[in-house]
Amino acid sequence: MRIANLTHGALFMLGAYLGVSVMRYVPNLWLAALAAGLAVAVFGALLERLVLRKLGGNVLGQVLVTLGVSFIIADACLLVWGGDPIPIQTPALLQRPVQIAGFVFPAYRLAVVAIAVVVALVLFLLMEKTRLGAMIRAGVDDPQMAGAVGIPVSRLFTTVFFLGAALAGAGGVIGGPIMSAYPGLDADMLPLALIVVILGGVGSLLGAFAGAFITGFVYTFGVALLPDLAYVILFLPMILVIAFRPRGLFGKFAA
Amino acid sequence: MRFTRRKFMQATGAAAAASAFPSFAQAGPMRLGLMTVKTGPLASGGIDMERALVQYLKEAKNTIAGRKVELFVGDSGGVPAQSRTKTQELVERDRIQVMIGPLDTASALATDDYIRQAQLLTLSVAAAEDMTQRKPNPWFTRGTSTSSQCAMPLADYCAKTLKMKRMVVIADDIAYGHEMCAGFHRVFEDAGGKVVQRMFPPLTVPDYGTYLAQLKTNVDGIFLGFAGSNGFRYLRQMNEYGLLKKVTPVGGMTALDEAVLRNMGDEALGIVTSCWYSAEIENAINKRFVANFRVDNGYDPGFYAAATYTEAAVLDQTLQKIGGRIEDKQAFMKAVRSGTFDTCRGPVRFDQYGNVVGNIYIRKVERKDGRLVNRVIHTYPNVSQFWTYKPEEFLKNPVYSRDFPPYKNLES
Repeated sequence: MRIANLTHGALFMLGAYLGVSVMRYVPNLWLAALAAGLAVAVFGALLERLVLRKLGGNVLGQVLVTLGVSFIIADACLLVWGGDPIPIQTPALLQRPVQIAGFVFPAYRLAVVAIAVVVALVLFLLMEKTRLGAMIRAGVDDPQMAGAVGIPVSRLFTTVFFLGAALAGAGGVIGGPIMSAYPGLDADMLPLALIVVILGGVGSLLGAFAGAFITGFVYTFGVALLPDLAYVILFLPMILVIAFRPRGLFGKFAA
Repeated sequence: MRFTRRKFMQATGAAAAASAFPSFAQAGPMRLGLMTVKTGPLASGGIDMERALVQYLKEAKNTIAGRKVELFVGDSGGVPAQSRTKTQELVERDRIQVMIGPLDTASALATDDYIRQAQLLTLSVAAAEDMTQRKPNPWFTRGTSTSSQCAMPLADYCAKTLKMKRMVVIADDIAYGHEMCAGFHRVFEDAGGKVVQRMFPPLTVPDYGTYLAQLKTNVDGIFLGFAGSNGFRYLRQMNEYGLLKKVTPVGGMTALDEAVLRNMGDEALGIVTSCWYSAEIENAINKRFVANFRVDNGYDPGFYAAATYTEAAVLDQTLQKIGGRIEDKQAFMKAVRSGTFDTCRGPVRFDQYGNVVGNIYIRKVERKDGRLVNRVIHTYPNVSQFWTYKPEEFLKNPVYSRDFPPYKNLES
C-alpha cells in the first residue's frame, strides 16, 4: 500500500486491448468491460503478490518496478495486437449525438459521465460504510496496529490492488469508444491519473474526486481559451497546490 | 621467407595496380542499413518499412546491380537520441554503406550531424523541411515528400476544384504539423481562400472533445494535418459529435493512410486526402508491389511501406547506373540527383537539394471489394517541394512554422 503505482496507464491500455479481443466474440461493450476488468484485476493482484510484496518498504524499488512492468505491458500489447489503432464500437443505442439546450453532445459521453458518478458513489460507500472499507482505512493508516487487532492486512492489500486494477482495466474498455486502443495510450493516460491523485491528495477518495473535477474543468476551459498553453494549464494548478499544500487538497500523506 | 627487393617491388606494384583500377563490382556484398522503429508508438509504420524492404530484396533475389545485399536493421524505438546511437552502431560495427531511414523527423534531425560526419549515404523517409531546403545535407536525400509537399497541392484542389472559401486547419503540435498547415494555409490563401481557425492540439492528447466543441461550423472544410493514429481518432470523435455532416474534412498525407483505413468504418467514406502514394495507383511496379505485399501480410501497403519500397528502387536504379560502386559516394549522390527513377509511386527525380520531384495524388476514400481504399481522383504531376513558387524566393522566407506565414484571417 501507499505505492505510487505507475502501471495504471498500462493496465488501462491492457484493458482496452483485452476489450477489443473479447468484443470480437461477444459484441457487447459492457460484458467486455467486465471481462477485461476481471482479467486485469487478476494480473494486478498477482503483480502485488509476486513482485511488489517482495519490495516492502523499498519505495524507490517499487516505483521503478511498476514503471518497468508498464513498459513490458506496452511492448507485449504491441506484439499481440500490432501497432495500428483499433477502434472499439460504441453501443448502438448511444451512437447518436443528443441536443441539450442548443448544444450538441455525444450520448456515449454522457453515459460515461453517469458511469463515473456511479463508480465514485460505490467507492465512497465501500470505503466509508462497509467493514471492508474500515479495515482498508485502518490498514493504510497503521499496518502494524491493524495487524495486531486481527485484520488480515496482507490479504487486504492484495484485494485493494485487485480492485484498483479492475477499475483501470474496465475503464480502458469504457474509454475505448472515445479513445480507441493504440500504442501510447498508456503514456497518454498516466500523467492525467497522476495529476488527479497528486492534486487531490494521496489516500483520499474525496481528493481524487475533487482532483479529477478540477483537472477536467481547468484543462477543458484552458484549452478552449488559451489553446497554445495546453500543458502549462494542465500542470500549473498541480504545482501551485503542491507548493502551498504539499499533501494535496485532501491528502493524508505527502505526495 | 626472406624479404628481397624483388618481392617488395612485386608487392607494392600489385597494391598500386589495385588502387589504380578499383574493381568494386567484385568487392563483395553491399551492406545496407535500415533505420526503423519496431517498438513504441511509431512501430506500426516502422514494421511496415522492414516488411516492404525485405519484400523488395526478395523480389530482386537479394542482388542489386550484381552485388549481393546484406541487410542490417536498427530499431530506434522512435527516440531521437537512440536513433543517433543506433545509426552510429550500424555504421561503425556493421559497416553499412548506405542507409534507408530514419522514419521520423526528430530522429532525422538528431542524426543530421552524424550523417555529415560519417558521410553516410542516406535515403530518408522523414519529412523535416529544412533538411532539403535551407540546411541541405549533402549525403541526405528524400524520396517521399517534405511536410508540406502534399499539403500545398491539396490546398490548390480545395480552393479551385472543391471551391472552398473558408477553412479550418488542425494538426499535431509538432514541427511536422506546423509545416503542413503552413504550406496548406499559404497556398489556400494565395488562391483566394481564408483560413479562419487553426488548432494545434498536443501530440498525445487522448481526447479531442474540447477541440471539437470549439470547432467553427460556418466553414466549408477542415484540413487534418495529423500523423499516426491521431487523424483516425479525430475523425471518429468528429463523427461522434455529429460534425461530419456540417464540416467537410480533407486530410494530409498521413491522416487517412492505408494503415489506419483498414480499421475504419463508413465514417471515412468520401473523405479527400492528398499523398505521394496510394495503393490504388495504376502502374506495373505498384500493381506487383501491392499484390505481393497483400499476399505476405494480408493488407494494403501504406505510406511507410511504399516509402521504403520507393527508396529501395532509387537505390537499385542508382547503383545500376554507376556499376554497383557504392563505395564511390560522390558518384552515388551525383547519380541520385541527376537521374530519373521508376518507382511504385510513379516516375520521380530529385532536385539539387536532394528532395524528390514527383506526382502528388488527390485521393478519395471508397469501398472496394469490401475494404476501404484511397482511390486516385486527380494527379498533380511533377510537384516539387517548392510547389509553384520560385526556389530562390521560397528559400528567402523563414522555414514554415507555427507562425509563418502569419495567419491573418483568424476569427475569434
